[in-house]
Amino acid sequence: MANALSIEKLTTIQSLITQHKEMPGALIPLLHAIQDTIGYIPEDSYLPISRALALSVAEVHGVVTFYHHFRTFPIGKHILYVCRAESCQAMGAEKLEAIIKAKLNIDYHQTTSDGAITLEPIYCLGNCACSPAVMMDDEVYGRMDNQKMADLINEARAS
Amino acid sequence: MTSIAKDLPIKIYVPRDSSALSLGANRTAKAIQQEAHKRGIEIEIIRNGSRGLFWLEPFVEVATANGRVAFAPVQPKDVASLFDASFLNPDSSTAKAHSLNLGLTEELEWLKKQQRLTFARIGITDPVSLDDYLAHDGYKGLANALKLTPAEIVKTVTDSGLRGRGGAAFPTGIKWNTVLGAGEIGVQKYIVCNADEGDSGTYSDRMVMEDDPFVLIEGMTIAGIAVGANQGYIYLRSEYPHALHILNEAIAKAEAAGYLGENICGTNHRFKLEVRRAAGAYVCGEETSLLESLEGKRGLVRFKPPLPAIEGLFGKPTVVNNVISLATIPIILDKGAQFYADYGMGRSRGTLPIQLAGNIKHGGLVELAFGATLRELLYDFGGGSYTGKPIRAVQVGGPLGAFLPESQFDTPLDYEEFSKIWAVLGHGGIVAFDDTVDMAKMARYAFEFCAIESCGKCTPCRIGSSRGVEVIDKIINGTDVEKNTKLVRDLSDTMLNGSLCALGGMTPYPVLSAMNHFAEDFVPNSKPTLKKIIDIVVA
Ligand SMILES: NC(=O)c1ccc[n+]([C@@H]2O[C@H](COP(=O)([O-])OP(=O)(O)OC[C@H]3O[C@@H](n4cnc5c(N)ncnc54)[C@H](O)[C@@H]3O)[C@@H](O)[C@H]2O)c1
Ligand SMILES: Cc1cc2nc3c(=O)[nH]c(=O)nc-3n(C[C@H](O)[C@H](O)[C@H](O)COP(=O)(O)O)c2cc1C
Ligand code: SF4
Ligand code: FES
Ligand code: FES
Repeated sequence: MANALSIEKLTTIQSLITQHKEMPGALIPLLHAIQDTIGYIPEDSYLPISRALALSVAEVHGVVTFYHHFRTFPIGKHILYVCRAESCQAMGAEKLEAIIKAKLNIDYHQTTSDGAITLEPIYCLGNCACSPAVMMDDEVYGRMDNQKMADLINEARAS
Repeated sequence: MTSIAKDLPIKIYVPRDSSALSLGANRTAKAIQQEAHKRGIEIEIIRNGSRGLFWLEPFVEVATANGRVAFAPVQPKDVASLFDASFLNPDSSTAKAHSLNLGLTEELEWLKKQQRLTFARIGITDPVSLDDYLAHDGYKGLANALKLTPAEIVKTVTDSGLRGRGGAAFPTGIKWNTVLGAGEIGVQKYIVCNADEGDSGTYSDRMVMEDDPFVLIEGMTIAGIAVGANQGYIYLRSEYPHALHILNEAIAKAEAAGYLGENICGTNHRFKLEVRRAAGAYVCGEETSLLESLEGKRGLVRFKPPLPAIEGLFGKPTVVNNVISLATIPIILDKGAQFYADYGMGRSRGTLPIQLAGNIKHGGLVELAFGATLRELLYDFGGGSYTGKPIRAVQVGGPLGAFLPESQFDTPLDYEEFSKIWAVLGHGGIVAFDDTVDMAKMARYAFEFCAIESCGKCTPCRIGSSRGVEVIDKIINGTDVEKNTKLVRDLSDTMLNGSLCALGGMTPYPVLSAMNHFAEDFVPNSKPTLKKIIDIVVA
């Protein structure tokens, strides 16, 4: 059983629902808004969402799980996306991936024990002329090597 | 007030394109600002788009009476030395002697050899300055379109020969004509811009949105007027947060200036535009999956027909076009259909913004008329591989595109020439691999990617791709290689013929081209190559 959501979070979700429900095709923008605000999409939000948008809970669940970007669990303070796509592979992404996993001591979809960084794979960041690339939160970094990666991780841990 | 020019602060350009940022452009801009302040020099820093020479980012330019002079790549540690060399006066002998001085940007061979039409302004202007846009031929296409009837606008686009730059290369004018004629008079119609740019090795859509957003807005407005649609959506991949902010800023400015919204440019035309964020599903770049997603559903691919042009978003006639297709409309309406059609070869008219990526020395954006060869791009522009080793394979057209060996590098970039060799141009991405690439691994990855991204609607794609991974693993491990190779071919056949969309239907392109052109990588027990021997010795 998931922990019940705080009243504060439920109120936030409710107000986001109110803001979005009249939009055509409201569900995806609403889910983005919830994840941007709370950090993830709590399963407890499915019921109020489904009521407001005249959907079933199963439909909301189906949408949340279809999209790689949406998550139903809280993450660390920062999220690190590592590009696994072809252009970055051609520039050593696989090695970089191994270095990062070793440095953080976690696998994809996990969070470091200090709660600082959650690691996710991603398929192209549009930075393919500067491969290999990663994204920390909303910032893209290119031509990553061992040293630059260590600096980036240390910076994130310190902030 | 005798010499105004002298009193004006010197203009310095530091790009804000996310690839430039990824190499530290913000830090460079800050360092320049601080150094200038420290020395009591007044400067104006303009955050322009990128010229697309990404191996030289952060690409700093100083404005002079003769044009802009480039210093690149500039890291914060270089800034003091640039000031010491008086780089703000690029004509000085010290500035000329500085090792980062590249001379006048416009004179750089790499740019001079290009034919920038869609990318005419990119890297030159401040992306979010409407004044800058207007000063560089912005909204001239719309002005002309407003003098034409919808059918005349559509005809101009048809006559230009423009074909869909998302990858399928369907004639844009013909698509618009279907939407123009669809439904009853006054029916709600939509313009949807496909900005999902999921292909690895591509970033031209991103550059347009970050570096010249008004050209996309103008193109979509013209599309709306042409087919009778008053609402547009840009379906933007969630991996592009900078593009989101820049587009929203540009849309607000265009609205405030009367280029969007009610009574566009004082006419009776109305066009509203909204950016919608995607959520990280590659298949949602497929147009019908995209429409499902815009409607708030899972991105399951729809059966066609009905085409989106007839029954698209919320069941209404809808133009779905790629960013580059739409961003090319303004110059066609400005300069005329013939101007655009004069570029290119065969049935591939106009220019293609090509994106050099992967293991390449000079990666970046090259807009050229169709017809240049892959070799020219890889070597004349790309400068060979980044690692300095031979380029062994090239994947053109994203994860669903074929791998080409050296013997095919003389193929001209042309839709039909590429289909002749069972390859695709797609969205114009070229990813180079050096001779350390393991093509069996690449084939495995193609199946793996398809399995991760399949929408799950059809069995050949959903199950076939996972099976493909298993079978290639067996080949890599040397288990029943002959039998399993045949199995991959059978599986590919089933996917080619039994998939609803090109995700399942084209995954066999990278798989089979890897097997056909690089068969040696699929024979695990072959005699060890020099590389393998070295690996063994080193280990
Ligand atoms: N840019 C990317 O990131 C990316 C990613 C994956 C695939 N692709 C490309 O996508 C391509 C496949 O796309 P598709 O499945 O949409 O191709 P398609 O051939 O089914 O359709 C091409 C376009 O033409 C339209 N069309 C076709 N007939 C029409 C008619 N009579 N009237 C009006 N419109 C008509 C379609 O609606 C669609 O917009 C592949 O070739 C691949 O290169 C691109
Ligand atoms: C799996 C898949 C992914 C696609 N992704 C994109 C994409 O990211 N961008 C795009 O413009 N077209 C993409 N397409 C092609 C679109 O379905 C469609 O052809 C295109 O948006 C039409 O615009 P155009 O005619 O201007 O190219 C994709 C197709 C498939 C099958
Ligand atoms: S081919 Fe794959 S992605 Fe395309 S409709 Fe079928 S299952 Fe979905
Ligand atoms: S493939 Fe990694 S950024 Fe494009
Ligand atoms: S939908 Fe069943 S095979 Fe395509």
